Amino acid sequence: MTTWMKRQHLNPLWLLMVPAVGLLAAILLFPLAQSFVRSLGEPTWTLRHYQNLFTDGVTLRVLGRTASISAVVTVVTLLCGYPYAYVMTRVGPGMRGLLLVLVLIPFWTSVMARNFAWILILQRDGPVDSFFGLFGHSVVFYGTGTGVTISMSQVMLPFMVLPLYSALSGIDRRLLLAARGLGSHPVKAFWKVYWPLSRGGVVAGVILVFTLALGFYVTPALLGSPQQSLVAQLLATRTTQLLDFAGAGALGMIVLAVTLALVALAYRVGGNVSAIGVVPTTSAEEEE
Amino acid sequence: MTLQPTQSPAAMKEPATLPPSQSPSATRRTRGRARGIDPIPWWLKLVVALVAVYLILPTVFVIPMSFGSTRSFAFPPKNLSLDLYRNFFTDPDWLTSLRNSVVVGLLAALIATIVGTAAAVGLHHLQGKPARILRALLMIPLVTPAIVVAVAVYISFLKWHLVGTVQGYVLAHAAIGVPFVLVAVTSALSGFDSTLLRASASLGASPLRTFSRVTMPLIGKGILSGAVFAFVTSFDEVVIALFLRDPTFQTMPVQMYNSVTYEIDPTMAAASSLVVVVVTVVCLVLQYLGSRTKTR
Repeated sequence: MTTWMKRQHLNPLWLLMVPAVGLLAAILLFPLAQSFVRSLGEPTWTLRHYQNLFTDGVTLRVLGRTASISAVVTVVTLLCGYPYAYVMTRVGPGMRGLLLVLVLIPFWTSVMARNFAWILILQRDGPVDSFFGLFGHSVVFYGTGTGVTISMSQVMLPFMVLPLYSALSGIDRRLLLAARGLGSHPVKAFWKVYWPLSRGGVVAGVILVFTLALGFYVTPALLGSPQQSLVAQLLATRTTQLLDFAGAGALGMIVLAVTLALVALAYRVGGNVSAIGVVPTTSAEEEE
Repeated sequence: MTLQPTQSPAAMKEPATLPPSQSPSATRRTRGRARGIDPIPWWLKLVVALVAVYLILPTVFVIPMSFGSTRSFAFPPKNLSLDLYRNFFTDPDWLTSLRNSVVVGLLAALIATIVGTAAAVGLHHLQGKPARILRALLMIPLVTPAIVVAVAVYISFLKWHLVGTVQGYVLAHAAIGVPFVLVAVTSALSGFDSTLLRASASLGASPLRTFSRVTMPLIGKGILSGAVFAFVTSFDEVVIALFLRDPTFQTMPVQMYNSVTYEIDPTMAAASSLVVVVVTVVCLVLQYLGSRTKTR
């Protein structure tokens, strides 16, 4: 019965895929493939453009800076996101709904509005500067790596909280009570029982946030300083100002390869991590 | 069945035979005990409150700023006025960019919704390795860094003379909108009973009629939410838009970007607040519709 049905339906259903695949292939995959070919060619096959990345003295430094900012962003989101996700699993449904809406707000907030707000908050004579001015200090994060980190961590928090919440809500809290009942100190009970069980969500969130942070363009361009540019800005400069399409292609391919590898890893570790962030909450709630 | 030490064996076996007055008190006792033995400590509540403030800080910050004056960015604004909004709605640059964004967003969402819905319906009925590969392929735009896409698209579009054109913006934004439609429609389809299709066919309906009378009403909300996601994605997209911009044609996020980098234009505060409020209202309505379908 089933094989008969499959054979009946196969052809028209595959046709339904044609427009979507065609659109993505023409508009995204073809330019990406072209840029890959360009990075290896012109005029003959060569790895020169890739070698240049490692020898020009700039690219490696920028890549290192990008990786370290991404790492700091990952740590900040983990430190903020873990307690948040934990409390989400402990409160009643109304409060949980509110916390979920709050964590989704950065998703909804326009990219430009968010960055503009951070510029105003962190600039000279902004609220942060005026607050520290009360104590006689001038603190201007605008135009620094710290400013970039603050702004990026805020928008990356949902990508940490949602996989964490999904993992934490699957943990049986009676295990903690059991550990306490057997005489364990609360901190030790957490560290020996709860933390290991949450590790899947932590790994998924960490990889996801780190990966997405690597490709940030607008935030470092607006909040950072041009001397401290990250890899996305380097890519943009090489393309639009230096017109070094082959070199930009090689750099883009490296960023793309690292990103896809890390996302595949996160997917394997964390399972159902949705970039839109709707999937984990429903599946977690059913387990309770 | 797992062992549950908090419940008495009698309650586990036959909860229905308990006198009605006893069962609520029993649940209250266990719940109270579970809460009482380790309540959420105050410092944890404080941390969560601070994180919550951090999450919403930029969003709520721009709204009071938009009622400030055209001169300075002092916070809180000294004398409230609607000057910035007046600027926004009288400046041809801002209005043109807003109109461009709406046109591009609507066209891109239309294309993304049509091709994305078709693909989701196709994928729902297909199994095996080719279907899985295709699904992964269609999700690639979600995980590819926007800057990598933007650079590649920019170079190709230069050759195809699409930079700075409506068509260029629409095609690029439609392509990045497809995964959102695919996710929304796929999740709507997962709750869809496919025997209804056979029932409809056996009653003599053509496939097209089955789609419009049976499938559409059931997955319509999924399609709608996918379309809204695709529109918002395009409306807010800035990285690709920055590369495709042209003095004669740019979208609102590009205009916002210019107003922050070149001339610091205070009208930006009004523009930001408008975008934030409109998108938030749309998303809340969507969330509300989504929760209603789920509970039903």
